[in-house]
Amino acid sequence: MNKYKKKIEAFPIVNTVLMVFLAFITLYPIWYTIVLAFNDASDAALGGIYWWPREFSLESFQKVFEEDVIIQAFTISVLRTVIGTVTAILFTAMTAYAWSKKHLIGRNIYLALGTFTMFFNGGLIPGFINLKNLGLLDTFWVYIIPTMFNFFNLIIFTSFFRSIPESLEESAYIDGAHEGIIFTRIILPLSGPVLATISLFHGVWHWNDFFMGVIYVNNRDLEPIQTYLYRIITSGSVNTQMSATPAAVRSNAVNSTSLRLATMIVVTFPIVCVYPFLQKYFVQGMTVGSVKG
Amino acid sequence: METKLALNKRIYHQRFLLLMALPAVVWMIIFNYIPMYGVIIAFQNYRIIKPIIGQPFVGFEHFVELFTSGDFGNVMKNTLGISFLRLFIGFPLPIIFAIFLNEIKSISFKRFIQTVSYLPHFLSWAVLGGIMVNWLSDVGFINELLMNMGFISEPVFYLAEPDMFWGIAVFSDIWKELGWGAIIYLAAIAGINPSLYEAATVDGCNRFHKMIHITLPSIAPTISIFLILAISGMLNTNFEQILVLRNSLNQSASDVIDVFVYRTGMIAGRYSYAQAIGLFKSVVALILLGGANKITQKTSGHSLY
Repeated sequence: MNKYKKKIEAFPIVNTVLMVFLAFITLYPIWYTIVLAFNDASDAALGGIYWWPREFSLESFQKVFEEDVIIQAFTISVLRTVIGTVTAILFTAMTAYAWSKKHLIGRNIYLALGTFTMFFNGGLIPGFINLKNLGLLDTFWVYIIPTMFNFFNLIIFTSFFRSIPESLEESAYIDGAHEGIIFTRIILPLSGPVLATISLFHGVWHWNDFFMGVIYVNNRDLEPIQTYLYRIITSGSVNTQMSATPAAVRSNAVNSTSLRLATMIVVTFPIVCVYPFLQKYFVQGMTVGSVKG
Repeated sequence: METKLALNKRIYHQRFLLLMALPAVVWMIIFNYIPMYGVIIAFQNYRIIKPIIGQPFVGFEHFVELFTSGDFGNVMKNTLGISFLRLFIGFPLPIIFAIFLNEIKSISFKRFIQTVSYLPHFLSWAVLGGIMVNWLSDVGFINELLMNMGFISEPVFYLAEPDMFWGIAVFSDIWKELGWGAIIYLAAIAGINPSLYEAATVDGCNRFHKMIHITLPSIAPTISIFLILAISGMLNTNFEQILVLRNSLNQSASDVIDVFVYRTGMIAGRYSYAQAIGLFKSVVALILLGGANKITQKTSGHSLY
């Protein structure tokens, strides 16, 4: 009996230790990357740095910002994130507003068509052929147009629009406003929180995606920064990381490692900046989406 | 009232609304439904220079080649191996994490842990892949640590070892998604009626009794739905992740269906052959979705549709 009681009291302590351990193994790899990136590259290659830079240096970051390719890729990422998010959010919200009207002609057909796409798709190759036939490959628009509409986001918008009192729309309607005006002047201004949530999610997705850049774009001038990062990570992973390589290759490896680390930090920086805002919204967004979906 | 009007009058009435509703239908036809038609290239000898319509049909030739070649067995072994590990380890862990996190009494500490646990979800696989490549290289953190501790004497290049690839893929996926996966269960736990716990306390239940007899059954519907989704997605390995972690040395263990389609179709240009395994994957996913839904419906009464 005594033993039993002791076990119960031990639980909160064990649990807390467990949680701290989890937080540590989640954060430490990221912290370690930051520390290495801010350390002098050839010194870092000697190893033994765990908690704090030994020889603080911004040289790696300097190298990153000297590379025209990286600046170009960064610009592409910013452009695709901003343009892609704005078009997708407005288009999906507009559609959600129209489809949420019960009297809309053909409404059930549209919803059925949309639901079907949540479970079935043509797959990688038919999708690729389709984009090729549409002439979207190797254009900037391949990032924007095929990602403009999202049925899952539509569901979240719809459930939010249902919470707006109908009387608001009705009175505007009586005053002679058509749905286009009601949507832009009444519905959108009232939808701040849900617009912010979905924009942040969609924006983070656009920023982080490297896949479209790998599959649909050959032109290096249109490559987003994540695709650039993917390329330098995978191209270097076998050749420069194997041991027993000559000294010249080794120093090359040191340089490419430091460039890689600094690029990783630069790429992640915008995400870390929006993270506090994301935090505020996403739990709400996730629960709405999954409960209704 | 509107339903009694003739269709053309209704269309006129709704002209602005229809103008807002129909572009998305056109978009879906172009970007979702036309590619679905494109799956028939699995039965053709598709050449990318010509349109899909009018290309020669070859029946099941590509499927026969696929099933009789050695590729298929290896690709399925890797896909299912990684998926089963993810299902057995990666699926229950967020549930356990959510239940244990819920037991933390300090709100601010709980929020801190949550905030930290979500963070990797918002980093790209390109960045996380970079971290993994860094840690697992011959001069990386893991080797340094293990050598300092005297567990190994020679550095190992972990990503070049096919035997370790499944483990690396599953572990890194858990590392990224554990906290995120727990959100939905935490929300479900927050929705449990507190009087159930009070009643159990009165009845003399301790913390673990409550976890097993109240928390778990209360979140069972959520668990069922996510289990159905996890099972139906079994052939979907995390494509982006594997793309980052694979290399020519671990190919025998990292060649999963998605990678195989990419490699043979997009890189080698064998579109029809690659599409044959893509179509096979879609059909199996459909069967898994239906099957998992049926089973959970029968055993627990919860289902997706």
